[in-house]
Amino acid sequence: MELFTNQVLAGIATGAIYACMALAVVMIYQAIDHLNFAQGEMAMFSTFISWQLMQWGLPYWVAFVVTLAFSFAGGILIERVLFKPLTKAPILTQVAGFIALFSIINSCAGLIWDFTIKQYPTPFGSSPFLGSQLISTHQAGMIGITVLLLIGLYFFFQYTRVGLAMRAAAAVPESARLVGINTSWMIALGWGMAAAIGSIAGMLIAPVVFLEPNMMGGVLIYGFAAAVLGGLTSPFGAVLGGFLVGVFENLAGTYIPHVGNEMKLPIALALIISVLVIKPAGLFGRNIVKRV
Amino acid sequence: MTALLNVKDLRAYYGQVQALHGLSFSLNEGSLTTLLGANGAGKTTTLRAICNMVRSTGAIEFEGKPLNNRSTESIVRFGIAHVPQGRGTFTNMTVEENLQLGAITRSDKPGIVADIERMYSYFPKLKERHTQQAGTLSGGEQQMLAVARALMLRPRLMLLDEPSFGLAPLIVRDLFGILGKINREEKVSILVVEQNAQLALELADRAYVIETGRIVMSGAAADIANDENVRKSYLGY
Amino acid sequence: MSAIEEIASQAPAVDAVPKRAMTLSSGTTFVVVLLLLVVPLFVKNFIIFQMTMLLIYGLAVLALNILTGGSGQFSLGNSAFYAVGAYTSAILMEQYNVNYALTLPVAGVICFGFGFLFGQPALRLSGVYLALATFALATAMPQILKLGFFEHWTGGVQGLVVTKPDAPFGLPMSQDMWLYYFTLAITIAIYIFSVNLLRSRSGRAFMAIRDNEIAASAMGIDVATYKTLAFGVSAGITGVAGGLGAIAVQFVAPDSYTIVLAISLFLGMVVGGVGWLPGSFVGAAFIIFVPNIAEGISKGLSGAVFGVLLFLVIFLVPHGARQVAMVAQQLLGKLRKN
Repeated sequence: MELFTNQVLAGIATGAIYACMALAVVMIYQAIDHLNFAQGEMAMFSTFISWQLMQWGLPYWVAFVVTLAFSFAGGILIERVLFKPLTKAPILTQVAGFIALFSIINSCAGLIWDFTIKQYPTPFGSSPFLGSQLISTHQAGMIGITVLLLIGLYFFFQYTRVGLAMRAAAAVPESARLVGINTSWMIALGWGMAAAIGSIAGMLIAPVVFLEPNMMGGVLIYGFAAAVLGGLTSPFGAVLGGFLVGVFENLAGTYIPHVGNEMKLPIALALIISVLVIKPAGLFGRNIVKRV
Repeated sequence: MTALLNVKDLRAYYGQVQALHGLSFSLNEGSLTTLLGANGAGKTTTLRAICNMVRSTGAIEFEGKPLNNRSTESIVRFGIAHVPQGRGTFTNMTVEENLQLGAITRSDKPGIVADIERMYSYFPKLKERHTQQAGTLSGGEQQMLAVARALMLRPRLMLLDEPSFGLAPLIVRDLFGILGKINREEKVSILVVEQNAQLALELADRAYVIETGRIVMSGAAADIANDENVRKSYLGY
Repeated sequence: MSAIEEIASQAPAVDAVPKRAMTLSSGTTFVVVLLLLVVPLFVKNFIIFQMTMLLIYGLAVLALNILTGGSGQFSLGNSAFYAVGAYTSAILMEQYNVNYALTLPVAGVICFGFGFLFGQPALRLSGVYLALATFALATAMPQILKLGFFEHWTGGVQGLVVTKPDAPFGLPMSQDMWLYYFTLAITIAIYIFSVNLLRSRSGRAFMAIRDNEIAASAMGIDVATYKTLAFGVSAGITGVAGGLGAIAVQFVAPDSYTIVLAISLFLGMVVGGVGWLPGSFVGAAFIIFVPNIAEGISKGLSGAVFGVLLFLVIFLVPHGARQVAMVAQQLLGKLRKN
């Protein structure tokens, strides 16, 4: 039993990473109605920027804030330059665009900062948290920031005019235009926010997985899985999904025989899919009624 | 009286297909004007063209300012509220959020709060359901919500696309009564597209009849209602 | 854009392609087949090999096109079917000495069954959910192939070496050339089969489901059967392509069939034009040659160059090669009139 609780706890700690990424995934899904496959790479690039700033001598939190601003602007810029012209293109073509963006960012980061693994600092320290061997202060800090972010987003979407406008633009674009909302800019804003949240995820994850251009590959997949599991329309579901996926993965590694590190992902995914087969809109997603 | 809206030689296209063939009409400040016509005559397209939701050519002027080549959202900011066919409800949001969205371009917070209360006094059903998801409302309630949402803009001109569509006759009476009241008391000019010609002609002061993308008749609503052709084609007696 | 598309609030994920627009005219087909027959006689072995790979990937993209462009279901998991086909051929040839040509129908049938079974749970999913499910399949497959349990057959991480067949009946041609013509014959057969499938009753059912699932079911189409059938057919064709691929590359290993392959097939479909069968081969050319071109332009930034080239293509022709073909056809029509 103690093994079980310990593994669950450890799963929650890893889950915080996925939760953070899942939040960024849901954010962009709300804004543009599909998944951005390049999101992990954008987060990775932002994390490198913050690392570079610290190398130049800036303190952690200053670099953190500057990176946030940079990512927000970068996300908007990418949308305006690359994806706005594709608004009328078929959806699958847009997905191909995400893959192209993925390839470009990954390759550029590799050229600028090369592919060697780099240490990345944590502002929370890495001593055991409250005496527990399984959760470090960094992981506790990560969970804390994720929860704060979630609360912040909830208030933003529920109680601010911009949040309301963004929700409206994503839900019924035509009606949104008819009440005077500039839907095109709402999409750009969604990109910016998703990029900023992604950069937070990147900076929190980097101390755990180390900084390198391919650091987000696995994390993004888990982030997608978590978001889909929780229901793509619900930030709360995404965070819970993140923790669940972390726990799933850990328990699968512990209790199913012959599960190496590489089998963890497929098994976690298989579990998620079984959940989806029963509940196709995710655990907390709204079922959208289809009409002819 | 001055013309609030002036439309000249309006032509609209869906891809290769031309839906309007040089439509001209005007709407006076404070009037309640109706566009009549059969299915596919181009009534909806006319409203959509005013808000630049279809590709069109020709001159559209609102208070003397040209509307062509402006985005839909900036046209709305001139004070033109469009209640689209199918009502355009934000189904996932609450009734109150729908009303707030109607006023999203305004920044006078106390005014918005007061207007929401005013809408509730027009449509008490909406007040009863103000925390409910708008998608759960009945068709009639959603139509009321759509009209209320449009009014939240404090519009100068309201475009209504078949407000009676799919509603029970009693509810239609109610709704049209409120529209008349809004027109008289709030000085909102209204352009309403209707299939229910009889009701629309009772309500309106002016009327235009469209056939296959052209205006074929115009005049005071009472005169149009007495026209023999109109009576045969649209009123059925 | 038509009026209906303007008004429709929720456009389907895949553009509707009328079935006549899914193929080439007979004149163009004749020229293309003639070129495919004659060109290998005049080029080096390596180029013949690349042409063989083009046909093989073309088949795999075509299979995805039947699934996505035909029935509107999206898959990132076709690399798994490709792997199963490749391993079926390799194992039968190397462990059981079965003739290479006979392994292909077996690969096709096994993959058809696999795809059909996978299509069952996939029925409940659509859009991003289906993408995730198929993605899981694609990531799991290399790991499954590595499992110790199967190592006896699969050769584990090492994979299997496959012998390249000689030309039969003492025909005076190189192994590469023989394999090319062999692949070409199979490709043409499958292409004809696919065109006819999409023109048949089943094909119409696929397209009805793609355009509006609920309306299709209201017309009496058994949506579940046809959706799983589409998965099965797609997987079967992919399996044959995988088997051919194993023979052409002379090697199978788990890490040749990762998610990267699935993404390549997807890109091939988009570049070729979703729902346009001949485009599959244009798309295959893109995924085979453009990475090489990118490498040639800049070694260090090959990924970025590839991304930029891909962006250029989708900016210029968002509907892929199909769009180019349609424009060319219109121009040709105008020229003829003058």
